Amino acid sequence: MMSRAKILCLLIGFLVLVAIPPATTALDADFYMGLAARMMIFAIAAVSLDLLLGYGGMVSFGHAAYLGTGSYAVAILAFYGITDGFLQFAVAVGASALVALIIGFICLRTKGVYFIMITLALTQMLYFLGISLEEYGGDDGINTDRSEFFEWFDLGDDTNLYYLILFFLVLSLWISWRLINSRFSMVIRGSQSNDDRMQAIGFPTFRYKLTMFVIAGVICGVAGFLLANLTEFVTPEYMHWFRSGEIMIMVLVGGMGTLFGPVFGAIAYLLFEEVISDFTEHWMIIFGPILVLLVLFARKGVWGMLPGRERGDD
Amino acid sequence: MSLLLLLEQTLNGIQFGVFLFMISAGLTLVLGIMNVVNLAHGSFYMLGAYYAATIMAWTGSFILALVIMLPAMLITGIVVEVLVLRTMYERDHMDQVLATFGLILFFNEAVRMIWGAESMPMDIPAFLSGHVDFIPDAPYPIFHIAIIIAGLLVAALLYVMITRSRTGMLIRAGASNRPMVGALGVNIRMLYMVVFGMGAVLAGFSGLMAGPILSVEPGMGEDMLILAFVVIVIGGIGSIRGAVVASIIVGIFETVGRSILPALLTQLMSSDAAQSMGPAMSSMLIYIFMAAVLFFRPEGLFPARTG
Amino acid sequence: MTDPILKGPILKVQGLNKHFGGVVATDNLDFDVEPGEIHAVIGPNGAGKTTFVAQIAGMIKSDSGSIMFDGGEIAGLSAHARSRRGLARSFQITSIFKEFTVIENVAMSIQAHDGHSFRFWRRANTDPALMDPARALLDRVGLGARAEIVASNLAHGEQRQLEIAMALATGPKLLLLDEPTAGMGPEDSQSMAAFLRDIKGEYSMLLIEHDMDTVFALADRITVLVYGRAIATGTPEEIRGNDEVRAAYLGEEA
Repeated sequence: MMSRAKILCLLIGFLVLVAIPPATTALDADFYMGLAARMMIFAIAAVSLDLLLGYGGMVSFGHAAYLGTGSYAVAILAFYGITDGFLQFAVAVGASALVALIIGFICLRTKGVYFIMITLALTQMLYFLGISLEEYGGDDGINTDRSEFFEWFDLGDDTNLYYLILFFLVLSLWISWRLINSRFSMVIRGSQSNDDRMQAIGFPTFRYKLTMFVIAGVICGVAGFLLANLTEFVTPEYMHWFRSGEIMIMVLVGGMGTLFGPVFGAIAYLLFEEVISDFTEHWMIIFGPILVLLVLFARKGVWGMLPGRERGDD
Repeated sequence: MSLLLLLEQTLNGIQFGVFLFMISAGLTLVLGIMNVVNLAHGSFYMLGAYYAATIMAWTGSFILALVIMLPAMLITGIVVEVLVLRTMYERDHMDQVLATFGLILFFNEAVRMIWGAESMPMDIPAFLSGHVDFIPDAPYPIFHIAIIIAGLLVAALLYVMITRSRTGMLIRAGASNRPMVGALGVNIRMLYMVVFGMGAVLAGFSGLMAGPILSVEPGMGEDMLILAFVVIVIGGIGSIRGAVVASIIVGIFETVGRSILPALLTQLMSSDAAQSMGPAMSSMLIYIFMAAVLFFRPEGLFPARTG
Repeated sequence: MTDPILKGPILKVQGLNKHFGGVVATDNLDFDVEPGEIHAVIGPNGAGKTTFVAQIAGMIKSDSGSIMFDGGEIAGLSAHARSRRGLARSFQITSIFKEFTVIENVAMSIQAHDGHSFRFWRRANTDPALMDPARALLDRVGLGARAEIVASNLAHGEQRQLEIAMALATGPKLLLLDEPTAGMGPEDSQSMAAFLRDIKGEYSMLLIEHDMDTVFALADRITVLVYGRAIATGTPEEIRGNDEVRAAYLGEEA
């Protein structure tokens, strides 16, 4: 079981998230609801990346590709007049799965540095593809309407969208939780520890890693779907490898290989960005060195440094 | 598509390959010998361009820019090595990637703050401007030829240094069996500093040559960086020979592809679509080629590592 | 489960060749292991013993030659496929899962042979189907008391025991043991030898060893490998009396 400090943190955090829409509406501070929604979306993306990073040691620098794929699923379908949310969601999931399958199939044949570089390169390829498709906005991006589900659930209402995002955050955390301690994950974690031995004892590790790659890609694709709905705007920038880097930073800051760490990392990173950029537009010049220092000294991340059982807690 | 145009594009491809080579050479050595992934290598390319552009703006002299930029890049490289890279040698690749990513963010922003976000103009130096008709009716820019010659010279110099000098021998040994070199009592610190500094200078030199042709702006290093990674993967980590061959291949794919593909694609789609998709498609060809190399020879075309 | 009707060696290697650049690591090697026997391989350093085992296990691809295991050709199979057929290997340089506990290490081997692992829901480290056999095996090997210890905290001798346990946990027919007593002191080596004698007969074994006492005590047959070539094969007495072997190898020891 987790330490009481952690459980308390989580409970408070969850209650805060639930309370935000009514609170911000009452205070006439809708901007903060949007900010929280954005944080939750990136939390989902970070949780999905942690499945690869924290448990499989697969340093995928191309995770933003799925953010983009999910987003463009919404935008492109909407472009052709298809605004049905269920269909858009299905395409977002399907396309992300397919992209992850292809990229994973190519990249997972490699290890170490090669893996990092190739995931980076392939994601950039998608980015360039996005830029070159003038039809769908190219460089400038494209506006899109929110997905349409049921008549009684209008995503045009920000509060509805907010709770949908919260739902998916909880869902992805739950999936992650069940996944992490399963036999499937043991194979993934074993592969990170000693892939040769895993094969020697009889595991065809490639297909398991590829499966995890696809799962992570799909969850991130869902985050992309939500992002398109939130911003009502989709651009190839969502797929730029810098985005991948940012998601990785969120995982690092929050705590790699933990369940809730990435959530805190996403919140912390976006909060920091929000607060600091009010002071100066050149905040990156502070953040760069901070990142270096974090890697040097705070490797376990925020959640990882709080007291509580180490690996596999909760 | 005339043969002449094809020839010209091929030469452009080789020239682009020279830029890539000078960036990749440092990157592949650092990775091969020091086993460090340095994402900020593209920043050295950028800084070289900015240093040179600034000096040219002040003095109007390209030669002066070259002369000052080289030691400036060496110092920059050494500072980065001492302050940041040193702490990363024992860390795993993920840590190195994140830390050097932080460096990229820092350098891009620093450049933005000092020089502004707009691209900085840099002229082709007068003594290298103009065209030459080495094939009648096909004028080719002298500056481009100069780049190709410079690239050949650098490659030759590197070759001589690596195969003939003592430092070069240590570099080759380090690239193929790093722990052994350390165990032999060689001053690893010094070697690392030299290699890293050299890489920074080469990248900076590439930036100097690229400045007048491509634009000098914040973030110019990152696109080149990715291509440099592709070059290293194809050529083989730690291998200069591999870097040469792969750079030329990638350079030619990029340039010839960019010009031929739209023409080919117009057979299949509208001219506008072909124009915009052409570049993306030619990039894709490179990645497909890289994937193919990985499939058949995962260590690259000319792997340096044996140990 | 061995087919009672199956006669002949459980492992039959014919004409195995492997070279690295100019160096011949395995030179037209013939080799077999009868069911239930311990066939030891000895030879000076650099003779190619580990390379030989690695080819049988499937981690190195041979240049040519056939490897018949349990009646079927396995030369084209991947390492994990061979493991599934009943081949298990222990490594000369300890190759365990350092971050996991001892029992989790063994459970991993058991899981590998318990159907597929596309199981996403139930917890693995409380699953009795994995943990019970793992515990039983640990008790058998003598590591029962250390089950919950993180593997990297084990003493060297205990890690070697874990190596064997992980190989046994896959329920193999043939064990490829690459210097199981490597780095062990005399007491630990004797324990290991006693253990191997205990399980002899239950498993067929290809044993690479440097410790001559262990070899001569355990082996039914011994093959002497020099520069990738088998220069002699026979019972321990035959090998002891073989002049060529004495000259090439035992001579150095005597």
